[in-house]
Parts: sequence; structure tokens; C-alpha cells
Amino acid sequence: MRGLLNHRLFPALAMSAVIVLLPLVLPSAYYYRVAALVFVFALAAVGLNLLMGFAGQVSLGHAGFMGIGAYAVAIGPTHLNLPSWLAFVGGAGLSALVAFAVGRPILRLKGHYLAVATLGFGLLLAIAFSNEARFTGGPDGMAVSRFAVFGLSVRGAQAWYWITAASFLIGAVLALNLIESPTGRALRAIHDSEVAARVLGVDIARMKLAVFVVSAVYASVAGSYFAFLNGHITPDVSGFLRSIELVAMVVLGGLGSVAGSLVGAALLVMLPQTLTSLHDYEHMALGLIIMAVMIFLRAGIVPTLARALGRA
Amino acid sequence: MTELLQFTFSGLTVGAVYALVALGFTLIYNSCDVINFAQGEFVMLGGMTTVFLGLAGVPLPLAACFAVVLTVAVGLALHRFAIEPARGSGAVVLIIITIGASIFLRGAAQVIFDKRFHTLPPFVGGDAIRIAGAAILPQSLVVLAGAVIILVLLWAFIERTLIGKAMVATAANEIAARLVGIDTRAAVGLSFAIAAAIGAVAGILITPIALTSYDVGTVLALKGFAAAMLGGIGSAVGAVIGGLVLGLLEAFAAGYVSSQYKDAVAFLVILIVLLAMPRGLFGRAPVERV
Repeated sequence: MRGLLNHRLFPALAMSAVIVLLPLVLPSAYYYRVAALVFVFALAAVGLNLLMGFAGQVSLGHAGFMGIGAYAVAIGPTHLNLPSWLAFVGGAGLSALVAFAVGRPILRLKGHYLAVATLGFGLLLAIAFSNEARFTGGPDGMAVSRFAVFGLSVRGAQAWYWITAASFLIGAVLALNLIESPTGRALRAIHDSEVAARVLGVDIARMKLAVFVVSAVYASVAGSYFAFLNGHITPDVSGFLRSIELVAMVVLGGLGSVAGSLVGAALLVMLPQTLTSLHDYEHMALGLIIMAVMIFLRAGIVPTLARALGRA
Repeated sequence: MTELLQFTFSGLTVGAVYALVALGFTLIYNSCDVINFAQGEFVMLGGMTTVFLGLAGVPLPLAACFAVVLTVAVGLALHRFAIEPARGSGAVVLIIITIGASIFLRGAAQVIFDKRFHTLPPFVGGDAIRIAGAAILPQSLVVLAGAVIILVLLWAFIERTLIGKAMVATAANEIAARLVGIDTRAAVGLSFAIAAAIGAVAGILITPIALTSYDVGTVLALKGFAAAMLGGIGSAVGAVIGGLVLGLLEAFAAGYVSSQYKDAVAFLVILIVLLAMPRGLFGRAPVERV
């Protein structure tokens, strides 16, 4: 039993069990939709977690990449007559390119300076999305056509549940494998001490850039799914608050914990839905819960609980 | 020329507010290494409390004083009930706590006040002053004068009083400060109180020009943070210069380039400055311990 619990892919196994069993208790299409949203944000959070939890680099602009993915699947079919799957892949490729070009200079910055640089990057994209109304529809946003592959179009919350869940699982397994690879060890070394990592022969700049690009692709794919799910997209998808939300998901769930990203995303996607019953007190409750989780479970929800279980 | 003067003045006015917010970031960062994203909510609380007490019939000067006191109380509560219990957590965890606090305060303001925009009457006569063709609102001068007074008072407090020196010592080295008998917890709490007071005053000064509502804090926190980083985090001079530069950049970008892209231009310049000077304009290079 111990051996199974400590296995590298145990979190993936546990999460697949949840994904398969969840439909037994989901009462309506609305709940499938919320669950799909959770998987979408969890995917973006897993990517950001690779950057923050393992390489130790903060990004306050990752929603910018979500925006690229989202607008790629909105603009591609509408203005360029691209099939939606090609726009989807193209968006991910574009995000990787942008991350590569932007990451090279700004990843030299450290700590809060990197935070403000990434924040600026995300803001620039959000401003561009809301001002280039010819392509993006401006602040009101634009409609997104249905996702279709080989003439089959995807419709219905249940279909999206399985697509987003499968994508999330693939992303999670890739991340878990990456963490245990030599690359993952190099990343953790950078997190613990850049100087020590450099002394041991880790090419720090290359590693940081690589994980930045990977995390951008995760965010872009999540952004595309988000656009398909909503059927409509506004510049808010790449806004500052969205970036902050992604960071909060990673930290609440637990820095460096892939399963934690799912829990963090679930918390921040579902809380506002549940708290609407509190009407005006919704934001107060949300703020209080975020503060309480961070004060009482400082390592994040999943790592703290895992430690408690390990001791029991 | 007239245009240039006009843009410079509006830039300096907004920049003075950014500078005060950035100064709040700097004070708290220096005392306990926390980037306090609820700093913008202090500005909102100052403006909104004054407006609503005014509506309730309280004379404005008294309302303003009470707003500052209330905001200071909120700042102290933030330190006591949210930051203090999480001592020793990582930087990102503390940032998320302050973000939680800012969501909470925004939510509270939405319940206690309302969701509409509000303004205050200008503190002195309303007619614009004409200088070389540029129209300058008297309230702009009030904002600038207010900012200068706050800076002088803060400088005098930190450099000339024993309590101020205790704060500097705590910022420099908390353990050493505790060893020489300084109550470092109180010193950190004091930095929250002062940051809150500065934010509240900034909020009251700018409301007659820029309006206020329950959610103005987010943008101000973002701009203040950017200004503090532009100046170099931890440097008070840097925070003030960073704020003024950011305000001027926005005003010139809005005037000469496009008002829609004013934030874009400002952040582009910040990115370029940081790439050339990775520690901001006035930041010191850290000594890296291995």
C-alpha cells in the first residue's frame, strides 16, 4: 500500500478515478459544465505550477497565454477561414513562440522584478485584445464557433467534460513524468539554489526558458478550451485578475503538487458558483476563505493534507 | 508647449498618487518582505469613507480624519490577523494572503457603501488656473502639495524620531533589532499603519479629480506595484520617482500616442527599463549568499 501511495503516477491514478466516478453523481448539464471549467483551469494551473513550483519563477501574466489560445480559436475560423482544430494547434504554437521570444529577455529578472515584467506582458496583450476591435470585437468580445474535427462538431456539456478531463489527465501525466526526469531534477535544483545548480552544470537560462515555453503551451490550450466552452470570448480572459487567479490556484492547491493544481482550480472555480447564494457577501466570503486556507494550510491544501495522512 | 505643460501637470498629479501607493508598498516590503496587494484598497477606503460620511452630514474635514483613522485600523487588523499568523511563509503565499484581503475589503466596501462612482467637492476654489495657456485645476496643486507634505513628514519621522529609527533597524535586520530590545512586531505593525494612512490620504486627495468606487483599488495596486518596481523595490526615493515617471509616461502616451494604449506604452517602458536595469532605477544589487 505504501509503495502504491508513493508511486510517481499515483496522483494521476487517483485523479483518473475521480474523473471516471464523478459522472455518477453529477445531476445535470450545468454541473458537467462547471466540472469541465475546473479541468480547463487545472490544466493551465499545472503548467504554471511547473514554472512556479518547480523552477521557482513567478508569472503574473500567464492569462496572456490563455488569451492567445482563446483568441486563436476565435479569430482563426472567423477571419482566416482556418478549421478550428488547426487554429487550436496554431494558437499553442504561437504561444510557444511568443513565450520563447519574451522569455529570453525577461527570465533574466528575478523574484518580484520578474513578477512585474510578466504582469506587464499580460497587460499588453489584454490591452491589444480590447483595442484591436477589427479582429477581436473589442471589449465586448467575439463569438467562437464550435470545435470540429473532420466534420464532427463537439456539442454538449458531457462531451466537453470528457475532452477537458482527458486533456487535463494527459497534461498532468506529462508534468509528473517531467518532474521525475533529469530535466525535472535540474528545475528543482534551480528552485532551491540557482548558484548551486549552475555549479553542478545546469544551464539555468535554457531550463527556465524551456519550462516557461511549456507552461505557456499549457495555458494556451486551456485558453482555447475555455473559448470553446463559453462560445464567446472577451479580453477579460487575459486580464490581470485572471493571471492572479491562476497563481492563486497553484498556491492554494500547493506549489509543486500536480494534484494540488486540480484542487486549487476546483476551489476557485466552484467557490464563486456556490457563494452566489450569499449574494452581496460573496466576495467577502471568497477573500476570507483564501486567507484562511493560506494561513492554516501554508504549504497548500494537498501537500499539507498528504503530510497529515503520512503521519497518521 | 502649452500641450506639454498640460500633460506634464496631469501626469504629475496622477503620478503623485502612484508615488504614494508605491511608498506604501515600499514601507511594508522593507519591514517584512511582503508585497501588499491590498495597498490599493487603503486608497479606496480613504476616498469612499470620506464620501459616505460626508453624505451622512459629517463635515468633510472631520470625515477625512475619520476615514484615515478607520483605514489605519484596517491596516493594523490586516497585519495582526492575516500577516502575523502566517509569519515565515514563502513570499508567494503572503502575496496570496494580501490578495485575499483585497478581495475581502472590496467585497466589504460593496456591501457597506455601494457600487456607484462618487466624487468629493474640490478642497479649494474650483476655477482652473491658467499658466502659459495650460489649465491647471487647483485640486491638482492640492494633490501635489499633499504628497510633498506626506513625504517630508515621513522623512522627519523616520530620520528624526526614535520610533522611526526602530523601524529602520527592523527593516535592516529583524533579529539584530530584536536583540537590541526593539519590539519588531510593533515596528512591522506600525509600517502597516503608516502605509494605510498614506494610502487613505492619497485616496481623499485624488477623489475630487478622479472619482472613486469600491473597485478602484485593483488598478491602483497594479500601478503602485509597477511604480515601486520601476524605482527599485525597497527604495523610498525610487518609489516616489517611479510613481511620478509612471504618471508622466501615461499622460504623455495618452496625449501624444493614443489614450487607449496609454497603459501599454507605460508598461512597455517599464519592461525596457527593467531589461536594462534589472534592479529598477534605484535598487541596490543584492549580495548573493551561497
